[in-house]
Amino acid sequence: MAEALIYELSVPGRQGLRFPACDTPLADLPQDMLRQELPLPEVSEVDVVRHYTRLSRLNYAIDLGMYPLGSCTMKYNPKINEEVARFNGFAGAHPLQPIETVQGCLALMFTLQEWLKEIGGFAGVTLQPAAGAHGELTGVLMMRAYHQARGDLRRDKILIPDSAHGTNPATSAMTGLRVVEVKSDGRGNIDLEALKAQCDDTLAGIMLTNPNTLGLFEENVQTVVQMVHQAGGLVYGDGANLNALLGIVRPGDLGFDVMHINLHKTFSTPHGGGGPGSGPVGVSAALLDFLPAPLIAIVEPGTPDGDPPLYGFSTPAKSIGRVKSFNGQFGMVVRAFTYILMHGPEGLRAISEYAVLNANYLLSKIKGVYPLPYDRTCMHEFVVEGHLPGSDVHALDIAKRLMDYNFHPPTNYFPLIVREALMIEPTETESKASLDAFADALLKIAEEARSQPELLKSAPHNTPVGRVDEVKAAKELVLCCGIDVPRE
Amino acid sequence: MNTPTNLKYANNDEWINAEGVVGVSDYAQDQLSDVVYVEISVAVGDQVKKGDTIATIESVKAAADVYAPASGVVAAINEDLSNTPEIVNSDPYGAAWLIKIDVSDSAEVKALMDAAAYETYCSGRQH
Amino acid sequence: MYISHTDSEREAMLRAIGVDSLEALFHDVPAQHRFPKLDLPPALTEMEARAELQAVSDANEPASNLACFLGAGAYKHYTPAAVDAILRRGEVYTAYTPYQPEVSQGTLQAIFEYQSLVAALTGMDVSNASHYDGATAVAEAVNMAYANFRGKRSKVILSAGLHPQYCQVVNTYVAGTPIQVSCASDPLASKPDSLIPQIDSNTALVIVQYPDFFGRIFDYTALAKAVHAQGALLAIAVNPIALGLLKTPGEMGADIVTAEGQALGIPLSYGGPYLGIFATRQEYVRKMAGRLVGETVDTRSGQRAYVLTLTAREQHIRREKATSNICTNQGLIALASAIYMSLLGKHGLRQVAELCYHKAHYAADQISRIKGYKLVCPEPFFNEFVIKCPKPVAEINEHLLEHGILGGYDLEPDYGLKKHALLAVTEMNTRDEIDALVETLSEASHG
Repeated sequence: MAEALIYELSVPGRQGLRFPACDTPLADLPQDMLRQELPLPEVSEVDVVRHYTRLSRLNYAIDLGMYPLGSCTMKYNPKINEEVARFNGFAGAHPLQPIETVQGCLALMFTLQEWLKEIGGFAGVTLQPAAGAHGELTGVLMMRAYHQARGDLRRDKILIPDSAHGTNPATSAMTGLRVVEVKSDGRGNIDLEALKAQCDDTLAGIMLTNPNTLGLFEENVQTVVQMVHQAGGLVYGDGANLNALLGIVRPGDLGFDVMHINLHKTFSTPHGGGGPGSGPVGVSAALLDFLPAPLIAIVEPGTPDGDPPLYGFSTPAKSIGRVKSFNGQFGMVVRAFTYILMHGPEGLRAISEYAVLNANYLLSKIKGVYPLPYDRTCMHEFVVEGHLPGSDVHALDIAKRLMDYNFHPPTNYFPLIVREALMIEPTETESKASLDAFADALLKIAEEARSQPELLKSAPHNTPVGRVDEVKAAKELVLCCGIDVPRE
Repeated sequence: MNTPTNLKYANNDEWINAEGVVGVSDYAQDQLSDVVYVEISVAVGDQVKKGDTIATIESVKAAADVYAPASGVVAAINEDLSNTPEIVNSDPYGAAWLIKIDVSDSAEVKALMDAAAYETYCSGRQH
Repeated sequence: MYISHTDSEREAMLRAIGVDSLEALFHDVPAQHRFPKLDLPPALTEMEARAELQAVSDANEPASNLACFLGAGAYKHYTPAAVDAILRRGEVYTAYTPYQPEVSQGTLQAIFEYQSLVAALTGMDVSNASHYDGATAVAEAVNMAYANFRGKRSKVILSAGLHPQYCQVVNTYVAGTPIQVSCASDPLASKPDSLIPQIDSNTALVIVQYPDFFGRIFDYTALAKAVHAQGALLAIAVNPIALGLLKTPGEMGADIVTAEGQALGIPLSYGGPYLGIFATRQEYVRKMAGRLVGETVDTRSGQRAYVLTLTAREQHIRREKATSNICTNQGLIALASAIYMSLLGKHGLRQVAELCYHKAHYAADQISRIKGYKLVCPEPFFNEFVIKCPKPVAEINEHLLEHGILGGYDLEPDYGLKKHALLAVTEMNTRDEIDALVETLSEASHG
């Protein structure tokens, strides 16, 4: 049953929150500047709580089951993170308070900067960017500023593999760089010949996702990095797939110059139905001076007799400037800090080991039924083709049918270089039993694809709504309901 | 796939006729699926070069830029498309024409593919 | 630790894969860099971690424990209990972006309602599903205006009354593009009229703030006319609480409205996560970046349903041709603001806006009576105002803090305005707090 819109629940005279009467004298209101109508709904607290609770029950969520979206790292979101981020000393702190009054916040941010440097093998880290794509923008702006500062003004070309996330080319275009696509070879690696042809003195750099979006570790990563560096370019790492590398290898050690880290993927902060994320960026020594301002720094050292240092802000010499107001997504930073604190070095390595174990185990169970375009040991995710010999169903149909088995579908039709792609990332927090159940569902669906294809093509059958009419949505464009406010 | 023989075709699936009228091919509309929006990004009187973006066609799942198949001056644009984008699917060679170009160099048109060559080109792109 | 595998399960899984150890899964990783030893503290249990985080939190003296007169873009307002109660449902915060509409109707409908509430509040036609914060929303307005004119207009004019950090972010974003940003100096002297002579046929966008960074309320109707006469666009960055009371940007002729949405029930949380509100007119809907939810029907029974729409504009399809690279936004925070706007509703939002207004005017009036203090701007204001102090603001604020009061924003570092403080008052400031502020300021002037 469809849930009414909040505006449809409106009854004139209701109000869900009341305020105390004004305890100061009243001032004259600026009569010529007042609004005449405020068309917001009129609902009680009970109306609001029931409405949004009922809406929540129409969602799938990690707390309900496996969410194997490739590239998204939908791991379990620990409950302790939610609790500590709401501690009064964090949630109640104003971003512009004097630094002496927020030493806890600053110490925590400083420490997380240090930890991310250590985990990624970087010389510096900024916590300012708000999400992965925002981190990309920050990183690419730094690459640009680096070449400009050296007077190397011809470098306007950025290489992006054909398997990359769409944010990579979009980011590059925002910074005025010219995007050139490089293709993948038969093993899912970057085609070295194609790369070589582009390594000239207009090369600003390359954006590399490693493991790539096929879930494969770039076998020639050191060669790629070397070729780009030799041509005078920089190497950007898309950290979307960092969950495969914690304690396994540090991107900085491989020669990456700059990389964003998605706290909402690798470090367990919740996705929130689309955000907020958080996209800290790590850099090599070459880019330290270009980091966005301000960074969190020790502004007065501690004393030998145990006084703690004073934490505050610093501005790098050639900073690209500010990319966001205030201090980044601080609430996400608290959650990621807690997560790392509870894992330690061995725990972080176990995350990646089990993420990779889970992916390979799942792959072993469905291999042979679902076509596998690149048959290699995968990292934390893998891509199979969603079309089955002897059936005309599509990846989309398989994805939709999975919902009837109470699983969220994998990412589909991405990466673009695989036909009918199904991109599956189980994460380390799924148990063997949960992986077995998911594999069983996929195998059952493969049978159904041959015996009762209509069942897939009309799926899902057990969800709150069926497939939706996207053409109608795009052509008739109803984007809000505000004008239908009930009036007295 | 419908490929009228009186038209010339460009690599990016535009067609152009002898009068300089430009549209997108049946193959292109089929690849895009249900078209929901057409935006023509040039105005009458604009000078366009072969390869300039002249329009964007959006479906639910894709967006395709349309490039000028030949250079010249824009002589007319199809105003109806903004309200009835679906005609790109139903009548790509007729009602869904996009713009008319006063072609400055007819050799550019001559160099484009004919229907037979275009069909071969398209079949080579099928998976 | 959130891994549930037992030793025997792990061994069985390795056997199924056909390898004999976890290490064997990583043979593609260059051997000399494989398995680095990380210099990090050893793992803590949840019990220990909680205690440590509590201690870190306790090392702060947060605005929530103080009488807070600090605003400047982030405000201490009351957050109704129901907001967080809903946000903490696992079905809400552990869901992903609603790419699969069949199992995401809750998120989709909530965003649709958020879009509706924002449109109603701002007086605009359409809203997107959010940007990161107030600053990046302004930067996205610049991108949108530039794209709207297909790069043919490259000048963007920022009012001197725009939040200084928003100006900084815009300047960072445009590096590498041909966009020229012009920003007026002498902020307190600047009026909307003084922007008009700068607008020309190369101007893509003019951006003002409402109320402006210094709290002043200007009617931008005449400015909008002047902007439109040159064929350019006008963006107004608003304080959403002020719109509970004041004429909408839509009525004044804005083409784009942005806002920092933190005031709508979002905790201060040391600066984030906040909410970038972005709304525009129908004719620009396809130029607007970010996600959008549209209403439609399902194909099973024709019932009303919601879905992400106009996605062909976005980076995952348009790649380098997209207007913006935005992907993840502030979904959960947008939901919080929708719950807040629903709970307060038509009357509650007006009440909170009036409380801010009256209390701020009482505070300004009382402070301007203290010897040595002066209210600087003659214009009408909402809940923030600039005072000139007899001493450097840092000194005064130190004295206030000793009395449990968080003083105003010092305007010297950004503007060179010595002894000028920007004070904010909200419904959270009781008359007693304001009287204590006045008393303490008075002491500070002779202390």
